[in-house]
Amino acid sequence: MANPNEVKLVAMPSKNKLPERDIDKAPILEVAHLGIDFGGLTAVDDFNIAIGRTEIAGLIGPNGAGKTTVFNMLTKVYEPTRGMILLDGKDTAHMTTVQINKAGIARTFQNIRLFDKLSVEDNVKIGLHNNTDYSVFSGIIRAPKYWREEKKAHERALDLLGIFDMQDLANAQAGSLPYGAQRRLEIVRALATQPKLLLLDEPAAGMNPSETAELMDNIRKIRDTFQIAVMLIEHDMNLVMGICEGIAVLNFGKIIAKGTPSEIQNDPVVIEAYLGKHKEEE
Amino acid sequence: MTFLSHVINGISLGSVYAIIALGYTMVYGIAKMLNFAHGDVIMIGGYMCFIATMSLHLGTIPSILIAVIVCTLLGIVIERLAYKPLRSASSLAVLITAIGVSYFLQNAALLIWSSNTKSFKSVVAGVQPVKLFGDKLSISAEAILTIAVSVVIMICLTLFTGKSKMGKAMRAVSEDRGAAQLMGINVNKTISMTFAIGSGLAAIAGVLLLSSYSSLTPTTGSMPGIKAFTAAVFGGIGSIPGAMLGGILLGVIEILGKAYISQELSDAIVFAVLIIVLIFKPTGLLGKKIKEKV
Amino acid sequence: MKKLSKKTRSGFINYGLILVFFLVFQILISTGSITNSLKGQLIPICAYMVMAVSLNIVVGFSGELSLGHAGFMSVGAFTGVIVSTSLMNAVPNTGLRLLLAMVIGALFAAIAGVIVGIPVLRLRGDYLAIVTLAFGEIIKNILNCLYVGYDKAGLHISTKDIASIGMDETGVTIVNGPMGAIGITKISTFLAGVILILIVLFVTQNMMNSRTGRAIMGIRDNRIAAEACGLNVTKYKLIAFVISAAMAGAAGALYALNYSTIVPKKFDFNTSILVLVFVVLGGMGNIRGSLIAAAVLTVLPELLRKFSDYRMLIYAIVLIVIMIATNNEKARAIWNRVFAGLGAKPRKKEADGNG
Repeated sequence: MANPNEVKLVAMPSKNKLPERDIDKAPILEVAHLGIDFGGLTAVDDFNIAIGRTEIAGLIGPNGAGKTTVFNMLTKVYEPTRGMILLDGKDTAHMTTVQINKAGIARTFQNIRLFDKLSVEDNVKIGLHNNTDYSVFSGIIRAPKYWREEKKAHERALDLLGIFDMQDLANAQAGSLPYGAQRRLEIVRALATQPKLLLLDEPAAGMNPSETAELMDNIRKIRDTFQIAVMLIEHDMNLVMGICEGIAVLNFGKIIAKGTPSEIQNDPVVIEAYLGKHKEEE
Repeated sequence: MTFLSHVINGISLGSVYAIIALGYTMVYGIAKMLNFAHGDVIMIGGYMCFIATMSLHLGTIPSILIAVIVCTLLGIVIERLAYKPLRSASSLAVLITAIGVSYFLQNAALLIWSSNTKSFKSVVAGVQPVKLFGDKLSISAEAILTIAVSVVIMICLTLFTGKSKMGKAMRAVSEDRGAAQLMGINVNKTISMTFAIGSGLAAIAGVLLLSSYSSLTPTTGSMPGIKAFTAAVFGGIGSIPGAMLGGILLGVIEILGKAYISQELSDAIVFAVLIIVLIFKPTGLLGKKIKEKV
Repeated sequence: MKKLSKKTRSGFINYGLILVFFLVFQILISTGSITNSLKGQLIPICAYMVMAVSLNIVVGFSGELSLGHAGFMSVGAFTGVIVSTSLMNAVPNTGLRLLLAMVIGALFAAIAGVIVGIPVLRLRGDYLAIVTLAFGEIIKNILNCLYVGYDKAGLHISTKDIASIGMDETGVTIVNGPMGAIGITKISTFLAGVILILIVLFVTQNMMNSRTGRAIMGIRDNRIAAEACGLNVTKYKLIAFVISAAMAGAAGALYALNYSTIVPKKFDFNTSILVLVFVVLGGMGNIRGSLIAAAVLTVLPELLRKFSDYRMLIYAIVLIVIMIATNNEKARAIWNRVFAGLGAKPRKKEADGNG
């Protein structure tokens, strides 16, 4: 549908304003007319968004709106049917999930996907895999490079676990962690891959209010420390309204509103389609 | 004309594979396990029929009936003793147990009947082959019987799974065991029934197979078992029409490969075709595509 | 670094275990207090230990069910025999010749591993299992049609019959179709077997404790998450598969050069299954378990010899009972209670080490 040549950088038909500090730089992610059909059923259609270099963006919407599907398309777990994704100005059309990660997108999963039988530290070290530089052979013969790089990876893993004060859990088995710790470990693992854009799929699900408040601080801290963009899917409105600078609302696979938290909160379309319904559910 | 006769022999052999493959595929669909002992049930069926005719001097029909009844009971007993305690264990643990059962059956047969090859008398011995096209094409009575029996079995099984209450329960259990249980379906009884049907069919397959290829030993069942397992995967494991299609195709490929390419390499050809098919259709010919939810 | 040392310690225990195994049997041999039949089992035990550890890389660490591992063993076995026989004059030192046979056997098995692995690893689960089974059968079938001879002019190979390979009068038949490899000079030794086990342990343990091993286990635990972390799934599955195949090839060469004749049928589906039984009984991803299970189950039929005819039947029953006892929930609960009663810690899940 979209001819890649027609789409120019930053020429998005978008109401979304980048945060002021990012305004002079090209967005980290630009998505135009993104859509996917599952056997004739359109799950997501005409999805457009631009995310600033250090923006925290929110993607919200009722259950089944297609939010996770958007993440799956961005990371090429699903191949989009149409549209275009520019990551840091580069077209990702022919990239695989692995290449997308190497190009700079890391993610967490709604239904936690850890390496359950491995230790917490090893989970993070797998995130560091592409930044740990020694060959299969060096690993087997324990060449000096192995020891050097392993030491580096070990220290880096503990540093990253330190973001959530999880150093003490380094030797625990990932699958045996409590739910909240598993969610935090997924974030650490994603960060270990050195992304430019971090996608968080319901990071606060299953957390209590105080854990959620802590998570909000940590997401901000991550953005400030690593100077990366964060895009998150979340149902907890306190978290979304509290930390997101730009929000897109998805309903039935289409964006129905975009704007700042205050704009979204006062948008009658959103209130009717999403917030209203949300209240009824409770 | 020779080509046609090879094809008919292939369909006949393939029908046997299909009947065995049905047992594999039904058990896989419902119990989610690879029952490696299935091939050895064929062998037990063969011995039962052999004893009934040779030692007990029974007629053909009662002998086959005895084989079917013994194998059906054997299937139920195996499931009850060896597999049921492992309902919630990993599939690999169940697979190894099934291999243990297979060793058990083979070695029990070895003790009881020794490793000497028994010559199995065809159940339609003495019936003249059918001659067609002025004697140019001769079809053995065994081939006709095998094809006819397998057609009847397939029709019955399709009706059974489609229309009967137990058949519907089987489909429900294979679709979602937990949900089926919540709907009041007795899962244990359904699984037991599946083993009974699969093993009963294996007995029939054994009799048919041995009628065409007469030598009977304690390991008679293992190669046809592996081939039938291959056929089940070829057609898409868990799918009943897939097992039928896979079995017949495998038989035809095997016989044609033997006749036109190489006698020694016929098994290699069968397996090579399987690999090629799976590379292009990773879940078999009629298998369901499973998409992982992310 | 506490955990690293724990893994390293576990690795050293395995080396120690093998050394103790070697010393005990060396002493038994030198004092003549070992039966000939058991003595004859020592090299096969070494070969099966290597097979079990190597299959554990694929089944336990990589998480793929392989039913054709004996195929790689046979590639190594036949390559090893051909190398050994044809180098008879060129390399008179048997130790060196055995080494060359194992290395080249491993190399050819690795090549077979690449050829098999590339199509196979596109598949998942039971489909992958059946294709490994199919490849194992194909390799056996091809070896059944292989005729190799050696004369002054070098190696002669045919797939038709022994007459058509065109050797001169100095020719020696090495591989004779379904009759297998014949006239093998037995050059395998128990010491060589033990050294091979130690090398295989070294490679496996070090690899599994490196980024490669983490990648292999991560892909096993969660393929989609591994991809999202930038891991090339096919690459690491193939590495595991090929290294495993190479080890099986070396084991095959060791095994074959312990007999005067070896037939392709020796490496059929049943052998693949036998090795799989070692891995599953020893515990998936548990290297020490693989070593012990391989040794015990290879000797078990010997120990059951006094039951003569019933031994394989008993073997089958033991196998079934062990599987039910270790995998049934109720039986497990009973075990745990017994252990708790004895004051021992019940087995609990640990992060994947090399136990």
